[in-house]
Amino acid sequence: MNAVDKALSPKAALRLISGNHACALGAIAAGCRFFAGYPITPSSEVAERLSRLLPEVDGVFVQMEDEIASIAAVIGASMGGVKALTATSGPGFSLKQENIGYAAGAEIPCVIVNVMRGGPSTGMPTRPAQGDIMQSRWGSHGDYPILVLAPASVREIHTETLRAFELAETLRTPVVLLYDQVIAQLTETVELVDVEGSARAERKWASGPREAYQPYAANEDRIPAMSRPGAGYRVHTTGLNHAENGFPTQQPEAVARNLGRLLAKFDRHRDAIDSWQAIGCENAEVVIVAIGISARAATRALDIARAHGVRLGLFRPITLWPFPETALREATKKARAVLVPEMNAGQLSLEVERILGGKRVDAVHRFNGEPIAPAEIAERAETLAKESK
Amino acid sequence: MIVDSAAEFDVRDYLRMEMMPHFLCPGCGHGIALRALLWAIHELEIDKDKLAVVSGIGCAGRLSAYIDANTFHVTHGRPLAYATGLALARPDLHVVVITGDGDCLAIGGNHLIHACRRNLKLTCLMLNNEVYGMTGGQVSPTTAETRLTTTTPLGNSEPNFDACALAAAAGASFVGREVTHHVPKLKELIRAGLEHPGFAFVEVLSDCTEIFGRKNELGSSAEMVLRQKSELRPSAYRDTVDTPFRSNELPTGILTKTERPEYGAAYRKAAAVQRANKASADANKGKA
Repeated sequence: MNAVDKALSPKAALRLISGNHACALGAIAAGCRFFAGYPITPSSEVAERLSRLLPEVDGVFVQMEDEIASIAAVIGASMGGVKALTATSGPGFSLKQENIGYAAGAEIPCVIVNVMRGGPSTGMPTRPAQGDIMQSRWGSHGDYPILVLAPASVREIHTETLRAFELAETLRTPVVLLYDQVIAQLTETVELVDVEGSARAERKWASGPREAYQPYAANEDRIPAMSRPGAGYRVHTTGLNHAENGFPTQQPEAVARNLGRLLAKFDRHRDAIDSWQAIGCENAEVVIVAIGISARAATRALDIARAHGVRLGLFRPITLWPFPETALREATKKARAVLVPEMNAGQLSLEVERILGGKRVDAVHRFNGEPIAPAEIAERAETLAKESK
Repeated sequence: MIVDSAAEFDVRDYLRMEMMPHFLCPGCGHGIALRALLWAIHELEIDKDKLAVVSGIGCAGRLSAYIDANTFHVTHGRPLAYATGLALARPDLHVVVITGDGDCLAIGGNHLIHACRRNLKLTCLMLNNEVYGMTGGQVSPTTAETRLTTTTPLGNSEPNFDACALAAAAGASFVGREVTHHVPKLKELIRAGLEHPGFAFVEVLSDCTEIFGRKNELGSSAEMVLRQKSELRPSAYRDTVDTPFRSNELPTGILTKTERPEYGAAYRKAAAVQRANKASADANKGKA
């Protein structure tokens, strides 16, 4: 092997790759063996990479007829017991929502990549945005739990893809991997961790006699064991509200009990779910709260402000939903104000305002397809620091 | 009383009896179709543990819950897409889709034509009762012209789909149609579909007596079933009925059967070749 071959080998530790490529490699390392997707800018590279990688590991890649079919096929593959992924962008993410709700309600593990581009509607396909923060949490109808991870670098896309599968499988839930067009198509040198696909936490599978098995049993950890088709359990899976036995019910007590368990199922797993990065928050005058490329810009803004004698901090939720509320309160305890730079007309700032009720929360909202520059964030934060003295 | 030719077939062996009584209306043809499906499964000795039934939304969609197998009641219009993922990921399973005319041809029409084109090993049983029964009797893509429904109070003025012609045109390698009046014939057709090594589309002409029949004054359920012979004009009865055929006669039986590569097998074969090539290339590199 020459140096170039080595650098291109999936086993090489250091690689110069794009975010979407890192996602594909992370999926393979996580044990993902099924991908269904539909071409859409700026996420198509995830599909293109996996169309080559999956056959090499005896996995299946399929390009479906539309976005809805893609998520449906992914859920179908996962119902068969195979780790599955789809990738899309705004318009496709909207189309997938009904079936994401199905996966949440029937508790079928799967990972959905949503690369955010300009919106609404067709918007700006090749320009970045962060306009799907609320859709990723509330996009499907009814009440349901969902996990959303928001990586901010190519390396983190890789590690968060691994974590997305781990959380999806162990907590029986859809997980959305949410990142913007900049991070998706940014090329960075990254050290890939866990490229050998070390043993990872797996789905809890049904065991014991069929008669004693309840597909939606209210276990201590609130995560019911799943049955693999062919293992003899022959259960029913439905999008209708169901009882512990998996069959539809409209009996109020049974619905309240089972939907209640579903809605509360993450509560006992917040240690594994919550993830954030806090930089310099302990003595910051103003704490910036941001995700993705806006957080990358904010990191630089910290340096600019420091040169001007203003102490800024950065709080970056890596698990975006459920929002790491306790950690945010802790990180902003001493700050006089909070600034939320985000590439939309105001989404993350709403959640931050809700959590920090009473504290001054300003925002930089940008929806013209241009990332927010570090100098702009620094300037607004410095002004905010002065005003709130 | 129906006497099964396969004497040992007891439909209760394939049903979740704890789910009885079922929720189908008296006279509904869907139960007959379900029985024919289970009879065919019995004859083919398909292992219930290896049987996966995926169904959509509507009266037909609810049938999966009654089958003692791995059953998946999914979103409206999408059972073929779910089944595609399941069958590709688990080629060891026998995957059957149960869908209705609205589920399959309206909201799910795109998935049908692409499933026909793709030719993945799946059996799609479309129960056509000409109406959205579950939602109270609205017009469907297969409702005949002039028929009354809750959304065509003036009579349906849209032409209806010939689902089998559609499936054949989209490339389905197996297409068949049968009526609920003739259970053994229906069972034989479904059996042939289950045995087909590719995508099999089977349309079952089923009656919605309570809603569609009542609205259009088509008589009792028995009269509706008999009308399958005299008015629907399935080709199965061409020689047996004495009234003249109408122009919209519907052919029944196996309408299309062709041999072409099954998608899942073709994909796995290509992948195996790629892996082998890569392995030998890596080995050669090691020698050099």
